[in-house]
Amino acid sequence: MSEPVLTVEDLSVRIAGLHILQGVSFTVAPTGVTVLLGRNGVGKTTTLRAAVGLTPRNGEVRGTVRMGAQSLLSQRTHRLVRGGLGYVPEDRCVFAGLTVAENLRLAERRGSTPAYDRVFALFPELDRRSRQRAGSLSGGQQQMLAIGRVLLNDNRLLLVDEPTKGLAPKVVTEVAEVLERVAESVPVLLVEQNLAVVRRLARDAVVLAAGRVAWTGDAQELLLETALTRSLLGVGSAEGHQPAGPAADRQPTGTAVDRVADHPATAASAPEDGS
Amino acid sequence: MDAIILLTLTGLGLAALYFLVASGLSLVFGLADVLNFAHGLFLGVGAYATWWAAGNLPGAGPDGLGFVVAVAFGVAAGTLMAVLVELVLIRPLYSRTIEQVLVTVGLSLAGVALLQATWGADARPFPRPAWTREVTSIFGAQVPNGGLLLIVAATLVLGGILAFLRWTRYGLIIRAGVENREMVTALGIDVRKAFTLVFAIGGAAAALAGALGSVYFGTVSPQQGGSLLIFAFIVVVIGGMGSVVGSAYAAVAVGLLQQFVNYYGTSGLGDICVVALLAVVLLLRPQGIAGKAVTA
Repeated sequence: MSEPVLTVEDLSVRIAGLHILQGVSFTVAPTGVTVLLGRNGVGKTTTLRAAVGLTPRNGEVRGTVRMGAQSLLSQRTHRLVRGGLGYVPEDRCVFAGLTVAENLRLAERRGSTPAYDRVFALFPELDRRSRQRAGSLSGGQQQMLAIGRVLLNDNRLLLVDEPTKGLAPKVVTEVAEVLERVAESVPVLLVEQNLAVVRRLARDAVVLAAGRVAWTGDAQELLLETALTRSLLGVGSAEGHQPAGPAADRQPTGTAVDRVADHPATAASAPEDGS
Repeated sequence: MDAIILLTLTGLGLAALYFLVASGLSLVFGLADVLNFAHGLFLGVGAYATWWAAGNLPGAGPDGLGFVVAVAFGVAAGTLMAVLVELVLIRPLYSRTIEQVLVTVGLSLAGVALLQATWGADARPFPRPAWTREVTSIFGAQVPNGGLLLIVAATLVLGGILAFLRWTRYGLIIRAGVENREMVTALGIDVRKAFTLVFAIGGAAAALAGALGSVYFGTVSPQQGGSLLIFAFIVVVIGGMGSVVGSAYAAVAVGLLQQFVNYYGTSGLGDICVVALLAVVLLLRPQGIAGKAVTA
């Protein structure tokens, strides 16, 4: 078996007194999409942000996160990103007051040639709207810009946080198609609530519950196990019985039944000692 | 009519002074979330360094090219001071607001005390070119040249900062950083370099305000920075944190309001009206004229 691109060992994060992650361990395969699943508030975004060095200053991070042999937790965010860790945050975080071209220019890295051809091949819309302010783009276009910014450079791993959140079903499909193509060349650790998207993209799955890893394994197997998906993710039956089939035949729809249940954050009420 | 023209131009001169102090303050707060109470010290350092250079620095003097050299020396001293303050005192305290306030207030008090201990508490005559003491007749109004100099300088600084923000990579980083600093780092950019740069820009503009403000008033005193800083903060809040253009509009509003009310009302009433304007803006538009966005 090939070496994982990302290794998370015993990762614990406390923020403002809340023990959000309590000894999380998992690996990300060097190819394809690994999806991080779980109900709201279990620590998925916290995991990604800890890996990329964006835990708030009042937070405390313990454990190990390695990309290959490189330890991530001791380094500052901009160095990690320059080292090939691409990050697409939840809610896009495009710079609303800057144009599309300026948003992309900001992502250029010194010493490497920006791959505008790659970005515009995937998102021709960005080329056409290069002089438009990012704040006036639709949610889907903003998501394309957020993904386009990281694709401007070669990366060793992409961390992508809920890329389909709040998007129309048609746009969800477009984003999923793009991520599918991206994952052919670079491994992706994806946080996603839309199980149709997960079914289409993910090979491996890590499920978090109350700040801990509750399940790891084959994503398609997980989705076939109705009882398991219901207990871990709070979602219903029909999705679990659908055949996996070829990826191209499985269109993400983004309907309500497809989404991981929105439950209150269980980690917030977890015991402080992590027991 | 002459009085209105005179009040307008002297009000704009005052606005120029406020803008020079406020522009850097606004950028520093907008980008780095640092409320820098030591900003007035940069002004004091600029003023005293110019004053010292005019009398002591070879090549510098109170007139002609020598005066330009003296002002350049003052601006360089203010810039250096700002960079040192950022690197040594502020950098270890990012995201620790209370400690930042304590340190910058303490530095401001210590800086004024140091200036007083070195050159005395009283105002000293400021060496300045003869033409700055004269007036220019504009539509019948006799306008002090020192005020016109401030207006020209502030206009050039405004244009320079906007061009820098619009056309340079660091300008782009600063504009983006004011919107979302964390995301700038997540794109692989060391935003701390931009922090140092905005401190340098702010220090240079404040030092220029110190030098040219002293030309306008004819004296230099240790308390000069502190008194101007209060109005600069008001300008920043009215203009919107992080907005250079907002600061320019707010400075004009504050400068004109002060001049007109002080002239047609009672002396000192203009200051009260400025505070009232601040209260109205905070009630109706808490984010200020331009909100938290750097306009280029």
